[in-house]
Amino acid sequence: MEVLVQLYTAILSLIPFEPVRNAINMLVPTLAIASMVLGIVFILIWWERRLIAFVQARLGPNRLGPGGIFQSFADALKVMLKEDIVTADADVILFTIAPILVFVPGLLVYSLVPVGNGMIVSNVNVAIFLFLAISSITTLGILMAGWSSNNKYSLMGGIRAVAQAISYEIPLLLSIVGVIMLAGSLSMVDIVQSQNVWNIVRQPLGFIIFFICSLSEVNRIPFDLPEAESELVSGYNTEYSGFKFAMFFLAEYINTFTLGALCTTLFFGGWRFPFDNLLGDIGLQLTAQLGIVWFILKTMFFFSVVVWIRGTLPRVRTDQLMAFAWKYLLPAALLNIFVTSIFAAIGFGVFSR
Amino acid sequence: MSIEFKTEEITINMGPHHPSTHGVLRLIVKIDGEVVTDVVPVIGYLHRSIERLAQDRNYFMYFPVVDRVDYVSIIAAELPLAIAVEKVGGIEVPERAEYIRVITAELTRIMSHLFWLGTFMLDLGATTVIMYALRERERIVDLMEELTGQRMMFNYIRYGGVNADLPEGWLNKVKNFCDYFMKMIEEYEILINKNPIFLSRVKGIGIISKETAIAFGAAGPILRGSGIKTDVRKDEPYSVYDRFDFDIPVGTTGDTFDRYIVRMEEMRQSVSILRQAIDQIPPGPCLKKKLSFSFKIPAGEAYCQVEAPRGSMGVYLISNGTNTASRVKYRTPSFSNMQILPEVLRGAYLSDIMAIFGSFDVILPEVDR
Repeated sequence: MEVLVQLYTAILSLIPFEPVRNAINMLVPTLAIASMVLGIVFILIWWERRLIAFVQARLGPNRLGPGGIFQSFADALKVMLKEDIVTADADVILFTIAPILVFVPGLLVYSLVPVGNGMIVSNVNVAIFLFLAISSITTLGILMAGWSSNNKYSLMGGIRAVAQAISYEIPLLLSIVGVIMLAGSLSMVDIVQSQNVWNIVRQPLGFIIFFICSLSEVNRIPFDLPEAESELVSGYNTEYSGFKFAMFFLAEYINTFTLGALCTTLFFGGWRFPFDNLLGDIGLQLTAQLGIVWFILKTMFFFSVVVWIRGTLPRVRTDQLMAFAWKYLLPAALLNIFVTSIFAAIGFGVFSR
Repeated sequence: MSIEFKTEEITINMGPHHPSTHGVLRLIVKIDGEVVTDVVPVIGYLHRSIERLAQDRNYFMYFPVVDRVDYVSIIAAELPLAIAVEKVGGIEVPERAEYIRVITAELTRIMSHLFWLGTFMLDLGATTVIMYALRERERIVDLMEELTGQRMMFNYIRYGGVNADLPEGWLNKVKNFCDYFMKMIEEYEILINKNPIFLSRVKGIGIISKETAIAFGAAGPILRGSGIKTDVRKDEPYSVYDRFDFDIPVGTTGDTFDRYIVRMEEMRQSVSILRQAIDQIPPGPCLKKKLSFSFKIPAGEAYCQVEAPRGSMGVYLISNGTNTASRVKYRTPSFSNMQILPEVLRGAYLSDIMAIFGSFDVILPEVDR
């Protein structure tokens, strides 16, 4: 895989004019990563449906293509051919912008994630903060969707989404601080490089908090209150149909995949093979070549855990959700920072940089 | 200094088409933020004049109609009418038929409770339990299909017995199902009972006190969940229920969790009744005398109630001596149970509406009739 990157760099260096080269260098990796993510999402939808069917003692989609893998393509085609209904009282501009605001940040954040050795669109030195900043735009889109639909269920869903996002973003941010302290950098590449011992060993509490909070951020069961179908019909996307609905739908899967990607990058060594620092130089290089494979495998694992949780747990209630964030997760995250900073300061064992 | 925020109430029209109103119930819910301030249930969307139809049709023609009163536990709706007609008409029922009635009634009770369990958990947001519950329900439906030829509207009980004798080996299949099902209940309880999210959603939610339950005429698991030990099968035994040994599970606080526990325990008791009935069932005919199509019963009246999965289901029958009843009144448990809803929901959270309403196990055709 690294060969591809080198090949691309070599071809790029043949282009004479620097502005053209820069423009191409911006476009090609972005398109590559976006198409990779979109391609994966279709597989994810199929995989979730198969896995949840396995949990629920049924078969799931198994007709179209090998194991039913083309089912999600057929569904996507169907949903695109649907009529795009805008309700009469809707605020048309916001109604149209909302799905874009939910969809685009979900794709945009992938430019900051190192999906393999050297495979990153832009290595920003404040990547984590940029990541969180971009991904919180999603909430704005959901609120817009809820408000502009002019539907009470949608509005309730939108309000719930904002309340939830505000509550859970704080412990989410605080739980990453430990990782940043250990890596000594905000750059994702540096964080992956710093994990000779995976961060899960050094930050178990941080990981648990992070996982719960990000589960809430992506609105998956047990935190799917903004779209709780037994309470709010379909929540913020009740009035959406056709392609706009598809964008919400895809965004949810992209975000869930992002959850896995972030768990992998921050706590499970990113694209690195387990214990690759013990393999010696040749082993290190060989496993690094296949970085993207390890990355996707790890991410898929976390996605599967999310699906598994969906099959097991009921939904929490709004007030319990808030109480959980402020009463338990926030103090636990602060404690995690405190303990980590002490260990990092004395440089004890695995905590040494 | 305190600052007072003026908040505006939102009125939400929940239903008649809403994913979790279990049919066509309409709830006009007033909410202040997430807190419910008032609920007005609107019923009648599924009214099919089932009681009125009794005055136009003779007893035989009317019988398939009552299956539609309660489509989830069909035998429970057939049984009180049959008993009432038999009481007024002095029709004898052979012993084997009584046992078959008990077996089918208990099977449909399990069927109904399984369906409730699935939809209740679905209301709470857990999607898996309904698949497991329907898997087991499917086995009962298959058994009933083998017995009656139908999967839902059995039309199996006849005045003076049941339609047909048991197929060969059917009792063994029921026995096997009992063994299998006891294992499955444990599986559900492993999945549900200690789940902290589930407990926080149901414990202390929707508390119905003993006094409220009695005042509103609640029935079945709701009454028992509030700690009142009553069951028509024990209090006024009909059919052959006095020959079986079973417990009446009761709750302590009357919250949603108690109603859940009561129903789970009731399924176990049903299995126990099924096993006893299969051991005791005598040979013999299952219909003493085939009645003519438009048979007449003498003038008179009778009220008969049975313990349906949702509580006491009663039929008040007035006969005027012809082949058609002059009045049939169904006293359905769902109707009286649902009256408590506004009382319990005031002050609850929006999400609690589903948890509490789900725990009531209301079947809308039974409410509207």
